[in-house]
Amino acid sequence: MLSGLAAAGAGVLAAPHVRAQAGARIVVVGGGFAGASCARALGREAGNLAVTLVEPNARYTACPFSNAVIAGLREMDGQNFGYEALRRTGVDVVTARVVAVDAETRRVRLEDGASLDYARLVLAPGIDLDLGAIPGYDAAAAAVLPHAWKAGEQTLLLRRQLEAMADGGLVVIAAPANPFRCPPGPYERASLIAYYLKARKPRSKLIILDAKDAFSKQRLFEAAWTELYGGLIEWVPLSGGGRLTAVDAATRTLTTEFGSHRAAVANVIPPQRAAAVAVAAGVADRTGWCPIDPVTFESRLRPGIHVIGDAAIAGAMPKSAFAADAQAKACARAVAALVRGREPDEPKLINTCYSLVAPDYGISIAGVYQPRGGLLAEVEGAGGVSPIKAPPSFRAVEATYAMAWFRTITDGIFG
Amino acid sequence: MSGRTHRTGVAARASRRGLAVAALLWAAVPALARTAHPGDAAACGGCHAPASAGEVPDLRGRPPAEVVAAMRAFRSGERPATVMDRIAKGYSDEEIRAIAAWVTAPPGEAERPTQP
Ligand SMILES: Cc1cc2nc3c(=O)[nH]c(=O)nc-3n(C[C@H](O)[C@H](O)[C@H](O)COP(=O)(O)OP(=O)(O)OC[C@H]3O[C@@H](n4cnc5c(N)ncnc54)[C@H](O)[C@@H]3O)c2cc1C
Repeated sequence: MLSGLAAAGAGVLAAPHVRAQAGARIVVVGGGFAGASCARALGREAGNLAVTLVEPNARYTACPFSNAVIAGLREMDGQNFGYEALRRTGVDVVTARVVAVDAETRRVRLEDGASLDYARLVLAPGIDLDLGAIPGYDAAAAAVLPHAWKAGEQTLLLRRQLEAMADGGLVVIAAPANPFRCPPGPYERASLIAYYLKARKPRSKLIILDAKDAFSKQRLFEAAWTELYGGLIEWVPLSGGGRLTAVDAATRTLTTEFGSHRAAVANVIPPQRAAAVAVAAGVADRTGWCPIDPVTFESRLRPGIHVIGDAAIAGAMPKSAFAADAQAKACARAVAALVRGREPDEPKLINTCYSLVAPDYGISIAGVYQPRGGLLAEVEGAGGVSPIKAPPSFRAVEATYAMAWFRTITDGIFG
Repeated sequence: MSGRTHRTGVAARASRRGLAVAALLWAAVPALARTAHPGDAAACGGCHAPASAGEVPDLRGRPPAEVVAAMRAFRSGERPATVMDRIAKGYSDEEIRAIAAWVTAPPGEAERPTQP
């Protein structure tokens, strides 16, 4: 398929404004769970939309289950997905980075100077890590104290550091305040690292330094830690001096208001915000995230631009891949309706996030959401976490469902 | 479910978008609970799909009545579940019926438009 890229690059696009009509061009920025799912869903909508997905990487590396890679339970190959199937459904996948968005002329500019016009834009760029929020934690420090919060080389770096660590070493995970990508993620990571340490380096210890006083599925995690790992994991909440005030990469020292910890391996998960392109497009507010309409996912700040996935302020919905996929499909429906001048349906969305506390011990949190008071609110009476008391067979089934979910969602988007 | 009526919800959104005509049309509809639509089932595909067959059932091609019965039994707690009990509680009978029709659509129709 001839991509709009070449034509736009030559500056010969006839109409700078693509009219909202059947066959309108929808540009999706970001080929992660949110963007790739939305591009695929847009292709299924009526109206014969021309869908372009812009993503700088030829391959997507998924974060879910990357904690299992860190613990040596899984290989990185299983995390990587290509865009071939998406191309086969008719989506024009452009391998490039968007550097600017002009909401007035409805045009995005790519790194190489080319541009793409859109009738509606879907921004799904995920997060940027705030390297500057914690004194001493910059890009150079992240190469020594990995965050591993974007899967890829960072994931493998943390794994290698754990493998190289001597028995008896201190592992420290620093978790950020809310909101951030994957609320149960740091605790799943702590669990699986503890699983690795218990089997391979049993004299070691793991400390979680937390910038908050409560976390997702807390009672379930804490009960499982006691049951499976004895005293191996220690959680230090904000009120106990858990918040980082500085790090020193050279000595792997993490400092809090209450003291400092010299780690053998330190995993620093810094605060986050919507990825830079959201700021460039003018859709991020002072919080660093993007306010949206809960029915259409259209930005509250710039008309014609929709924001989905981790970058969006999705009310009660957590920043998860499951939520990103659900939002993507609802957004695709709304975009298709708006392009055809129809009233979008009010969406009803689900989230289910599984965490592995051990390979055969899964726990989950679920929720059902719908627009209320201008936000995506939780439907009362629904959702919640796995039962606090349950037999091992129940935990084993949830671990199986966790794997099944990952296969299903990645197959639905990339397969 | 929110106490917001169908009429006020749609009218509010319509006027926000300047679709006065749509608002007038919808105003004729008596105030009801939220109207279900096929998009409500989209999130189910996060887990229920062919790739999941084996652990999580692929619902396509199954009788819709079976899904309706299962959802109601999950919702009431009559049928034990790991997560479906928590999810089913978020749906009305009408929504369950609409969702069941959608998720059981036979294979091959999966990539069709979700709107007429
Ligand atoms: C350790 C860990 C475990 C997790 N486990 C789970 C789990 O079990 N279940 C779950 O549901 N979620 C999980 N998550 C969360 C999940 O990974 C995210 O919520 C999800 O990736 C969000 O999808 P997204 O599309 O919004 O962002 P991303 O997946 O980050 O995708 C964004 C894409 O946009 C691209 N992009 C960025 N800027 C530009 C630009 N300027 N131009 C073009 N493209 C751009 C990026 O290259 C990227 O490919 C986990 C996360 C972590 C870190």
